[in-house]
Amino acid sequence: MNWLLAVIQTLLFVALAPLLSGWLKWCKCHLQNRKAPSLLQPYRDLLKLIRKQPVVAEHASWIFTRSPYIIFSAMVLAASVVPLIAVDLPTAASADVIVLVGFFAFARFFLALAGLDIGTAFGGMGASREMTISSLAEPAMLMAVFTLTMTASTTNLSLAITHVLNEGLVLRPSFIFAMFALILVAIAETGRVPVDNPTTHLELTMIHEAMILEYSGRHLALIEWASQLKLMLYGVLIANIFLPWGIARDFSLHALGYGLLAVSGKLAVLAIMLAISETLVAKMRLFRVQEYLSFAYLLGLLGMLSHIILEASR
Amino acid sequence: MNIEQQDFYTQAILSMAALVGLTSFLMLGQGRLLRLIFVFALQGLLLTLTTALAAYSLDSPHLYISAMLTLILKVIFIPWMLRRQVLLMNMHRDVEALKNNTAVMLGGAGLMVFSYYVLHPIVQTSSAIMLNALAVSLSVVLLGMLLMISHRQAVAHVVGFMAIENGLFFAAIVATKGMPMVVELGVAFDVLVAAVLFGIFFFHIRTSIDSLDVDRLNRLHEVDQ
Amino acid sequence: MIAAYLVLSIPFAGILFFAFAGHRQETGRLNVRFNAVTLAATVWLVINVLNNGTLLSAGKAFIVDSFNVYLIVLTAFIGLTTAIFSAPYMEHEKQLGKLTEKRLKLYYSMYQGFMLAMYLVLTTNNMGVMWVAMEGATLATVLLVSLYRTPESIEAAWKYFILCGVGIAQALFGTILLYYAAVQIGDGDNALLWSVLFDNARQLNPEILEIAFVFMLIGYGTKIGLVPLHNWLPDAHSEGPTPMSAVLSGLLLNDALYAVVRNKMLVDGATQGNLAGLLMMGFGLLSFLVAALFLHRQKDIKRLFSYSSIEHMGVMTFAFGMGGPLATFAALLHMTVHSLTKSAIFVTVGHAAQLAGTQNMERIRGLIKTQPKIGWGLLIGTVAIAGFPPFGVFTSEFLVLLATMHSYPWLAPLLLLGIGVAFAGLFRHIQPMVYGENPEGQLPIKANLWPVMVHLALVLWLGLAIPDFLANWFSQATLLISGSMPL
Repeated sequence: MNWLLAVIQTLLFVALAPLLSGWLKWCKCHLQNRKAPSLLQPYRDLLKLIRKQPVVAEHASWIFTRSPYIIFSAMVLAASVVPLIAVDLPTAASADVIVLVGFFAFARFFLALAGLDIGTAFGGMGASREMTISSLAEPAMLMAVFTLTMTASTTNLSLAITHVLNEGLVLRPSFIFAMFALILVAIAETGRVPVDNPTTHLELTMIHEAMILEYSGRHLALIEWASQLKLMLYGVLIANIFLPWGIARDFSLHALGYGLLAVSGKLAVLAIMLAISETLVAKMRLFRVQEYLSFAYLLGLLGMLSHIILEASR
Repeated sequence: MNIEQQDFYTQAILSMAALVGLTSFLMLGQGRLLRLIFVFALQGLLLTLTTALAAYSLDSPHLYISAMLTLILKVIFIPWMLRRQVLLMNMHRDVEALKNNTAVMLGGAGLMVFSYYVLHPIVQTSSAIMLNALAVSLSVVLLGMLLMISHRQAVAHVVGFMAIENGLFFAAIVATKGMPMVVELGVAFDVLVAAVLFGIFFFHIRTSIDSLDVDRLNRLHEVDQ
Repeated sequence: MIAAYLVLSIPFAGILFFAFAGHRQETGRLNVRFNAVTLAATVWLVINVLNNGTLLSAGKAFIVDSFNVYLIVLTAFIGLTTAIFSAPYMEHEKQLGKLTEKRLKLYYSMYQGFMLAMYLVLTTNNMGVMWVAMEGATLATVLLVSLYRTPESIEAAWKYFILCGVGIAQALFGTILLYYAAVQIGDGDNALLWSVLFDNARQLNPEILEIAFVFMLIGYGTKIGLVPLHNWLPDAHSEGPTPMSAVLSGLLLNDALYAVVRNKMLVDGATQGNLAGLLMMGFGLLSFLVAALFLHRQKDIKRLFSYSSIEHMGVMTFAFGMGGPLATFAALLHMTVHSLTKSAIFVTVGHAAQLAGTQNMERIRGLIKTQPKIGWGLLIGTVAIAGFPPFGVFTSEFLVLLATMHSYPWLAPLLLLGIGVAFAGLFRHIQPMVYGENPEGQLPIKANLWPVMVHLALVLWLGLAIPDFLANWFSQATLLISGSMPL
């Protein structure tokens, strides 16, 4: 029964990810005075892409054709360990934050390889940029995550969330810093403004899009889906670690329903905030991304320091 | 004592302290004047919130007056005045090249450690919370000084000057629940007069050296040359 | 106590009067009258204090004891004589076209503002208000330093503003720490009152007080002009109008030192060790020696004498830091004679600079030939400030030296060396200015040297014999500060 729940949660994750993207796009369009596409548009796009036959470059090796599947499965696996609507699911035992970061790195590795594989200029450029950014973002993310794990004395996500829940409302300076750091990292890692712009195909600026420029058909669908999943994963992480209230702690239908409602609400609000910031902020030059990420790192570091200085027992 | 065992007020004060410290660091590394002023206003807002929180939880109405004064002076009036100067001088597009930004940031971190070191004896007579609050406010004071050292624009100097006042104010609110009313009014009056004087000075400096770059105020020397 | 309120309210009325009445021909003379009335009020205050001992106002907002009452009189006296000097001087500057009527209005209004701040620093019983008034003194004078609106004067005023503002912020932090220590033992409302703190000094937490004192010393020390926080002082003195230099040197520095000593009394009551005293000695001696060396490399006559001020403030800080009845007595005496002499010198220097049309010492020559009064005034003033017998500065410096030999004999040579270096530094510049060939076409000016003569005569008198009532007075103050009678 519990395993079934875990599977359902993962499926929910996978199923809801395009909806989150649709909602985000909808908010952004409204903020920018444009006519918004339907909330279900991402599903339609995916469906259409899946039905199309992929066109593969002449020189592509097996890496190019296999990568979409690997990336997508890595993301699904990551989704299976992150508590979405309930904690203490059977998958929780392996729900380690370091494993999670590992999944992300794994997927990114194959994405970069695939970008390099076909040997176009854009693919290589995109891969190199992606790796630069992620090499800077990863320490910041780990720093933020460690702040959390030091407070909860565990690297297990589920246990950490339970710990935060048990303590009730405690205002922690370290969490404020860690949350900001994680938000900044999330924006960089999911390729949103101001680091990358998911809607542009301008040569000079694109990062994520440059790597997947050669993909088409169901390959492209999987990769798009994977990146929607990644966005949702980060959103869930931020929402459930720092504001875990509402998450189900037993498996009654009532609690689970409430958990689903809570997490949807939190994600919806986060998406609105992201849409607002994307509307207000201009994309920054590539060379300023390192400043941005080192600021995220600084925040993570400050979070950890303030945990040690301000919160630890003396 | 762990943070979970503290009451909500203390937790909130600690979070505020951390955020105020962060804004000081943000100002330190900020090369754009308008953004600097914005962060300064943000710090003032945090200060206002802290004061209001203290007033509410300690039930001391005179702190509400302090909060109002802070709001008017440090969040509205001074930032508005500085912003006007920057726009007037057409400096809002310039990015000040900060020399040794990394070194300055590291120096700032060092100052923070130094504040803790200096105030450590206090821990014996009171809670660790007091130490934190006082140490953060001292480091805000010291970071304000570092800001003045590392920036060349007169506007940045004023921001540093006022940030120092912010640090002192924070200490007064958190450690001692506000100074006696007469002192607080006096300090607020001094800050107001200082702000007005700064405005007059901007005008004078501008007319005398046609810039607000204080590096160009270099006619007077310690010894003859 | 009514006298104390009068002392505070007359300058306040002065600010308003000068700010709103507009500038007239006789404004300078009115300024003199305001100061004269204040002086009369202070004399009344003195009589009260001599008869009744320490006065505390209702609500304990103000305190007048034997320590500050003599400083109040000194402040009023120098305020008056400088006002007498400033009336024709500023009129002359206006005729030269350096000043407009509007600025003169500002000048007179802020002159009274500065005096008010000084009286408030001296009379208040509240350490927080003391800080506010100290900052107020800066704010009142900062626009006067840049009164001429030359680039140099604006630079000097900016430096003065920023350095003193930042410096004195440290003193506020110290005051907050003091308050923090005080609320731990008592109620919050009276916790910043000096008299209450002094009575309960034993219970105050010594560690917090020591930290607080370090901040206070840095903060008020900036105002005293202690090295290495002195950079603003020569600039502000040299670029502002001369009467301002006279009151800054003669009053502001004293009052900042007064604030430090008040705090030291609290710290001494609370702690066993002598950290406060040692810190003051160290900073004082450093200022003394560094300023003495800087005297040699000056070009501007007002800068020269402002370094001399730093040097003498160093001596006083050193002496107060040493503590003990003899050193404290010497420091009090030195405060008095230095203020009198230095304001007299600045008045003379102002005339000399007007006569020569420059402050550059290389171009001031032959004063004694063109206008003997000014030449002699400068010469005698310098002789007095350099510590020649029989002037009062000699007496006080000699007493400081005596106290040093008694308590810290190994510091005495340093002190002697500093005095020698300062002496040489002053005279290498003064001698040619007074005696050299006067340039062509240098004409005598209208000068009012009465204040100078009165000051120097007083200093001479204090050097020859300290009158009984004054000695008694200083002894009472010494008793209050150091806890025992001198000699």
